[in-house]
Amino acid sequence: MKSVVLAHEVDWAGWRAAARALALSDAAPDDVVWSVRNVSDLFAEPEDEAIAAPPGGFTVPRALVTLAETVIQARDPERFALLYRLIWRAHRGEKHILEMTTDPEVQRAQRLAQAVRRDTHKMRAFVRFREVTEPEGTRYVSWFEPEHYIVEANAPFFARRFATMIWSILTPYRSAHWDGEALRFDVGASPSEVPDDDRLEAYWRAYYSSIFNPARLKVGAMRAEMPQKYWRNLPEAAAIPELIRTASGRVDSMVEQPVFSDPRPSRIVAPPAAEHGSPLHEAAREAADCRRCPLWEPATQVVFGEGSPNARVMMIGEQPGDQEDLAGRPFVGPAGQLLDRAMQEAGLDRQTVYVTNAVKHFKFVPRGKRRIHEKPGTGEINACRFWLDLERATIKPALTVMMGATAARAVLGRAVAITRERGQPMPLPDGKGGNTTGFITVHPSYLLRVPDEDAKAREYAAFVADLRRIVELAA
Amino acid sequence: MDLLAKLKILADAAKYDASCASSGTVTRSSLGEKTGVGSTEGMGICHAYAPDGRCISLLKILLTNSCIYDCLYCINRRSSNVQRARFTVEEVVTLTLGFYRRNCIEGLFLSSGIIRSPDYTMEQVVRVAKTLREEHGFRGYIHLKTIPDASPELLLEAGRYADRLSINVEMPTEDGLARLAPEKDMPSIRRSMGRMRLRIDEAKAEKKAVRFAPAGQSTQMIVGADDSSDRKILAQSTNLYSNYGLRRVYFSAFSPIPNASAILPPKRAPLLREHRLYQADWLMRFYEFKADELALDAAGNMDLSMDPKLAWALQHREQFPMDVNTATREQLLRVPGMGVKSVDKLLQARRHRRLRMDDLARLRMPMDKVAPFVVALDYQPGGLLDSARLAQRLVPKPAQLEMFA
Repeated sequence: MKSVVLAHEVDWAGWRAAARALALSDAAPDDVVWSVRNVSDLFAEPEDEAIAAPPGGFTVPRALVTLAETVIQARDPERFALLYRLIWRAHRGEKHILEMTTDPEVQRAQRLAQAVRRDTHKMRAFVRFREVTEPEGTRYVSWFEPEHYIVEANAPFFARRFATMIWSILTPYRSAHWDGEALRFDVGASPSEVPDDDRLEAYWRAYYSSIFNPARLKVGAMRAEMPQKYWRNLPEAAAIPELIRTASGRVDSMVEQPVFSDPRPSRIVAPPAAEHGSPLHEAAREAADCRRCPLWEPATQVVFGEGSPNARVMMIGEQPGDQEDLAGRPFVGPAGQLLDRAMQEAGLDRQTVYVTNAVKHFKFVPRGKRRIHEKPGTGEINACRFWLDLERATIKPALTVMMGATAARAVLGRAVAITRERGQPMPLPDGKGGNTTGFITVHPSYLLRVPDEDAKAREYAAFVADLRRIVELAA
Repeated sequence: MDLLAKLKILADAAKYDASCASSGTVTRSSLGEKTGVGSTEGMGICHAYAPDGRCISLLKILLTNSCIYDCLYCINRRSSNVQRARFTVEEVVTLTLGFYRRNCIEGLFLSSGIIRSPDYTMEQVVRVAKTLREEHGFRGYIHLKTIPDASPELLLEAGRYADRLSINVEMPTEDGLARLAPEKDMPSIRRSMGRMRLRIDEAKAEKKAVRFAPAGQSTQMIVGADDSSDRKILAQSTNLYSNYGLRRVYFSAFSPIPNASAILPPKRAPLLREHRLYQADWLMRFYEFKADELALDAAGNMDLSMDPKLAWALQHREQFPMDVNTATREQLLRVPGMGVKSVDKLLQARRHRRLRMDDLARLRMPMDKVAPFVVALDYQPGGLLDSARLAQRLVPKPAQLEMFA
C-alpha cells in the first residue's frame, strides 16, 4: 500500500508528479491512498519526499490532463484516486478512454468537471464587491462561498477584468488579493471582514426589482440558474420574496384595468415629403412598393437601376444579388466589381452608362445565415418587365446591352442561347416605331463561376472584347 | 428627480426587451493597462436572475422613456400616462462603471425613446458609449439599440463603440407593424439591418477595417400582440437570420402593460407559445429541420401541448424506431428527447461498444420519451410506436404546463 500526501487541496504539481511516478512503477489504483496535509500547516514546507519516478516514457492524452486539472478542484475527497484510476487505465492502453462516454469512471470525472466549471462560472457571476475607502485609496472587497476549490484557478479572471482596481476576494478556505500588479493567496477568512453595505447597493437592488417583469413569473427557472445557496451573499436577493408575492396582483391589475381608449392622434412624424425629382426618381420610388410578384416579401428592398439619365448605353443584368439587396444599389457585389474592372479595361466609364437588372428584387432560398441565389422565373421576369420598359423608354439608349439569358429574355421576350447570339448587334424596336441597337453578352457572374483558371482568363478576355465592341457601337 | 427614482423608471421602461446577451464579442483585458476597467472573453456571464427567470447580464436601461412615437404595444408610447424621466449622459456612465466595478454587470444595454428626432436621439445614445470607451477606458460589453431612421454616419459611430447593435422588427408582418406602430416602417428597419450586415461582414473580413459591432446584430419580435400565426413568425425569423446574419432573433410574449390600448389583447403573456416558438426555431437552426416540416394546424399554429420535435415524430412514425447503433447523427437528432450534446456523446460511445438501453440512461436521456422511438442492442419498442395512446403517454400533464401559462 502506497500513501501520497498532497500539500493542499489543489496541489496539482504534487498530484501530477505522484501519479506519473505511480503509473510508471505500475502501482494499482487500489493500492494507493491519497490524502491532503492538515490545513493548519498549509503554508509549511513539504517534509515528505516525493515518490521517485522510475525511468520510462509516460504519455496520456492531452484532453485527460486538461480534465484532471479541472477535476482536482472538486470538493470530493475521492477525486485524487479517481483521476489516478483514469491515468492508470490510459497508461495501460486505453488511449481513447474519454470517448467512452458511458463508462462509469469517465462519467464521474466528467460530472465533477462539470460541477467545477459551473461553480467557476457562478463565482464570476455572483461575486459582489463592496467599496472600502481608506486613506491609501479605494479597495474593493468581496465575501464569496464557492462550493469547490476554485479560487486559485479563477482569480486570474478577476485580475484581467479589474486589473486597475485593488481588490480582495475572501472565501472560507482561501483568500485572493490583487494589489494592482500581482495575485497573492492567503488562508481563508470570515464574512465579518467585509463591510455590510456599499453606497451603490440600494441602486443595484432598485435596478433588480425594476427590471423584473411580474407578468413572466418563473421562479423555477430563476432557482435553476441562481440556486438559493448563493442568495445570502447577493445584495439583490433580499428583494426576491416580495417580488414573487406581489407579482400576480400586479398582473391582475394590469389585465383588469379599464382599457385606455386613446383617441389615436395623427402621426407626428410626417413621412418624408415626396420630392419631385426626375421621372426616373419617381419611378424608383414607386417601384419601392411594388407587389407585382411575390419576390418583394423575403427581400430587403427594390434595387432600381442607376446611372446617367442621358446614357447612350444601358446595361441590363439578371437580378440584384445578396450584397445589392443589402445595399440597395445594382452591381456592387462580386459580379459588380468584376464588371467595373472589365469596363475600366475596355474604356467604358460606368458614370456614363445606365446599369440595371431585368428583375428588381433578389430571389433566393435561405440557408442558415446565408442566402442562395435562385434564377428568376419567366413569371417574375414578365412581372418586372413593366419597370424595365419604363427605364428603357425614359433613358432611350442608343445601345441596349443584355448580359445573360434573363436580360435577353426580358428584352426580346424569347429564350436566347447566349453563346450563339452574343456579340452580334441586332435591331431593337424602341416601342415608338423606331429602332435602336441591341447587343448580347454574358452576365459577369458567369465569369465568376468558370472553374478552371485558363478558361476563366479566356472568358474574361472575351467579355472585355465585347465591352470594347460596345464602346465602338455607342460612339 | 433623484438618480434612484430615475433608475427605477428607466429600468422598468426597458424590461420588455428580451435580449440581455453579453457573448460573442472580441477578447479584451485590462491586464497591463494603467487606466480603465473591464474585460470580455467571448462567453457572456449572467450576474443575476430575476424571478421571471431571465438573466441579468447588462445594465438594461433607456436614456429616456419620453417618446414621440405611439406604438400601441409599448409602455413608453406618446399616449401612455407613465411617468417620464431622462438620464444625463454622465448619469448613465456613472451607474455603468459603478455597477461594473462591483461585478454586478457585464456592461450596458442602452436604448431610448425617440425624442426630437431619430438623429438627435441616436447621437445621445452614441455619446454615452463614446464617453465610456474614450474617457473612461471601459472594456466591458456595450449593446446599443439602433434607431432605423438615424443617419448612416451615426450608425457607423455606434458600431465603432458597441459590441452589438440591434433594431427590433417588433411585429412578424409589415401590416402588423403598420397597424400597431404607425410611425415605424418595416422596409426602413430591414434596410437598416441590411446596412448593418454589410458593415459587420466588412469589418470581420478585413483586418484593417474600422471596428464595427464585433458581436453582430440581433432583433426582437413580439408574439401575441397581433394575430400572426406561428408559420408567419417562423418564416420571418428564418428570413431575418439568412438576410441579415443575425446572432439572435428574440421572441417576446406580449405581456400586459399599464394603460394598454383597447386594440391589444388584455391577456396574460403567452409564455408557453413563446417557448414552443423558440423550440421550433432551435430545430431549424441546430437540428436540420426545414420550416415546412414542422407540424402545424390549418391555421398555421403549433400544438402547444407538446414540443415540436415530438409533434413531428408522432406524425412520422414510419421513420421510427431508429437504431441507436446504426442511425446517422442527422437521424438521431430527430429522436424526441435527444439533444445535440447527448447525440454527440452517444456517437462517441458507439465507436467503442454496441449500445444498450442503460447506456442511454447513463447519458441522462429522458427514457420515457426516447424509448418508443429507438432500438438498442437489448431493446425493441414493440407495439408502443403504433399505439394510438402514444401521444397521451408522452405529453406532460397539464399541471406542468401551467408553469408557462
